[in-house]
Amino acid sequence: MVEVHLWSGLRSLTGGQQVVEVEAKTTGDLLRELVKLHPQLQAPIDAGVSIAIDGRVIASGLTEPIPVGSEIYLMQRLRGG
Amino acid sequence: MALDDRKSEFTFVGTRPNRPDGLDKVTGRAKFGADMSAPGMLHGAILRSPHAHARIVKIDTSKAEAHKDVKAVVTRADFADVPFKPGLEGEFWNVLENVMAGEKALYDGHAVAAIAATSALAARDALKLIKVKYEVLPHVTDVDKAMASDAPVIREGAADYSVPEGMHPNVVRYHESGHGDVEAGFAEADLIIEDSFVTEATHQGYIEPHACLGMLGNDGKGELWCTTQGHWIAQKTCAALLGIETSQLRVTASEIGGGFGGKTTVFIEPVALALSRKANRPVKVVMTRSEVFRATGPTSSASMDIKIGMKKDGTISAAQGVFRLQGGAFPGAPGDMTAMCAFAPYNLTNVKQVGYDVMANRPKQAAYRAPGAPMGAFAVESVIDELCKKLELDPVDVRLKNAAYEGTKASYGPRYERIGLVETLEAAKAHPHYSAPLKPGQGRGISCGFWFNHGGETSVSLSLSEDGSAQLMVGTPDIGGSRASMALMAAEVLGIPYENIRVTIADTATLGYNDVSHGSRVTYASGLATIKAAKHAVEKLCERAAASWGIPTDAVKWENGCAVPSGPNAGDFDPRPLADITAHMGSTGGPISGHFEATPEGAGVSFGTHIVDAEVDPETGKTAITRYTVIQDAGKAIHPTYVEGQYQGGAAQGIGWALNEEYIYGEDGRLQNSIFLDYRIPVASDLPMIDTVIVEVPNPGHPFGVRGVGETGIVPPLAAIANAVSHAAGVRMRQLPMSPPRILAALKDNG
Repeated sequence: MVEVHLWSGLRSLTGGQQVVEVEAKTTGDLLRELVKLHPQLQAPIDAGVSIAIDGRVIASGLTEPIPVGSEIYLMQRLRGG
Repeated sequence: MALDDRKSEFTFVGTRPNRPDGLDKVTGRAKFGADMSAPGMLHGAILRSPHAHARIVKIDTSKAEAHKDVKAVVTRADFADVPFKPGLEGEFWNVLENVMAGEKALYDGHAVAAIAATSALAARDALKLIKVKYEVLPHVTDVDKAMASDAPVIREGAADYSVPEGMHPNVVRYHESGHGDVEAGFAEADLIIEDSFVTEATHQGYIEPHACLGMLGNDGKGELWCTTQGHWIAQKTCAALLGIETSQLRVTASEIGGGFGGKTTVFIEPVALALSRKANRPVKVVMTRSEVFRATGPTSSASMDIKIGMKKDGTISAAQGVFRLQGGAFPGAPGDMTAMCAFAPYNLTNVKQVGYDVMANRPKQAAYRAPGAPMGAFAVESVIDELCKKLELDPVDVRLKNAAYEGTKASYGPRYERIGLVETLEAAKAHPHYSAPLKPGQGRGISCGFWFNHGGETSVSLSLSEDGSAQLMVGTPDIGGSRASMALMAAEVLGIPYENIRVTIADTATLGYNDVSHGSRVTYASGLATIKAAKHAVEKLCERAAASWGIPTDAVKWENGCAVPSGPNAGDFDPRPLADITAHMGSTGGPISGHFEATPEGAGVSFGTHIVDAEVDPETGKTAITRYTVIQDAGKAIHPTYVEGQYQGGAAQGIGWALNEEYIYGEDGRLQNSIFLDYRIPVASDLPMIDTVIVEVPNPGHPFGVRGVGETGIVPPLAAIANAVSHAAGVRMRQLPMSPPRILAALKDNG
């Protein structure tokens, strides 16, 4: 299990939870499991999210491995100029 | 995950050779967007709304169509029926709506129809023959007014899931993040400052207006030549907007005369293709400068409230910001990015940030270097400066005391990997500029700045020639000297001279997909891809050498451009230079190439610290920037001259944004200053010599340690200049630009 930290704006979609525990080996698993637990998270995920694994920001990849015990943050998808 | 093969000693990387496209650029041989022609070519022109907000009741094109020189007229009906979705999810719909208005004209300059005629003059003249009946609607161009309950609604249903109930329909996205307990943090503070700030929209100000040449047949096959930061996104978007298959449209990027984020989308390209499809002839469209200002993306305007609490020793005990960004008549203003970046330089126990994306009757905002970050930094760093002043603390020391470092929990969530903010602040403190005496009437300002940087989808192909030279194909348009950087990185891996490598920006038909040249990603991602593609070729070179020596491949290594036995046990063979192997490649297994296709994920965030001296003339309100020093972490500077160029460019654009540039709208919602005479970007005489210091704290996510440098340099200037001007004028400046009338008004208010 890994703890996924959400940004606080998402609490309204998770019944107030800002940290959600999921079983996930990859970033793709993680997003699927989040939606299984909290279906309302589908909207922000569809709108675009990035995932930080121990500080390394995965902008969009769904196949990145998630090491056991890593610190995971969901972030809004980054856009650059 | 750190790369285990990261290199730290270099032969070619870090040198400053001439750029490979230099001769083309200085002799006029380079072909930009407007330089392409085709047999039978027509010229396009676009009719634009004179109203800020109006229902399009009727468009009568019959007289225009009957004119002998007119070969095609298009309106929204000539584009694909892309479905509307809320928020940024419906980005294709948003782009289509921006490219050609549907039911309503949403801003002054919004395209409503287009003509292709036998000459550019004929096309422009024929626009007068199109009769549009408008029902003028109430409009709003100010971000705070657009959020007010009585504001005209620009489009119902545009808001996405994130917007709290009860907000005006013009608020289309909402972001909230942070950690700790800000109220508890404020209770611990010895001094709290709460203040509000405003910035106007500014344009990227690229020298080359948008230009393209489109050809599209009724068989759905097309060609497009255009000035763009990303020809694959142009391909994908044009195909969607015209209802054709993506692969049937081949897009070639011209040389580009600046982009800065503004050329990451399409404006005229789908129009040229739609006209071409109707006329069955190639159509060229070139924007005037006025069209560029009125109808392409400026940055967002912003209105911001900041509250920061500080202890007497300089420790920030709590920080809070509300950032309202106006992004034109479409979702997309980066209020979320502003919020996430604003406090990112600092190690904060209690922080909360809120961002709003607000629509108004203005052109669709486009990215502009670190989109959203500069305005947030202006507000936050101004308050920190005021706290330092009131508590009589040194502004660099206070920033050092609160600076984020490896392991700090970022204001936007995760913990930082290795970062270089502290190093930039230490370099600032040690720089002679920081301790140089100021003359009477001068003020000094400093500011930090942060940007995320990006990786993105990347394809690179490298092929070797028989004579031992190499061709490198990349898919990211060269907006900042990247051909030179790519050649240096390939030379480093292959061990052949920089001059022996030809770098080409491939078109969409000759290379796999590439994301746009944005997010400061090119030297990072295309660079990483180039290194990997070159290593792929080196593996094959080693295989050929091993086969010729009759030893296993893993008994061969690559050293200084030659295959050599990996150790004494591998055998005693003379080194085989690259050219010796490629000379025989046709008969020893065929052509040797290397490839990379992936999405590098490890861009590495970047920080900078700027020092600025300003002098304010109290009689005229005019500001002169007398000294400017940029200090920024590049991770590893591949070609230091172009890194310095990015730093200086950020400072120059920041000086314009801070002092003079602004979109000025009249009461009628029309843009008042759509030419460079009225929209004042800095000229050479407005700028001091801009000193640069390249800090190198390697990015663990790149084989050579590269961090993107293109965007961070625009983040600190607004704040650093505002702090300098505020000290020089003796009054806090809360609104950008700090043009002479605003400075005079502030001086007057201050007595």
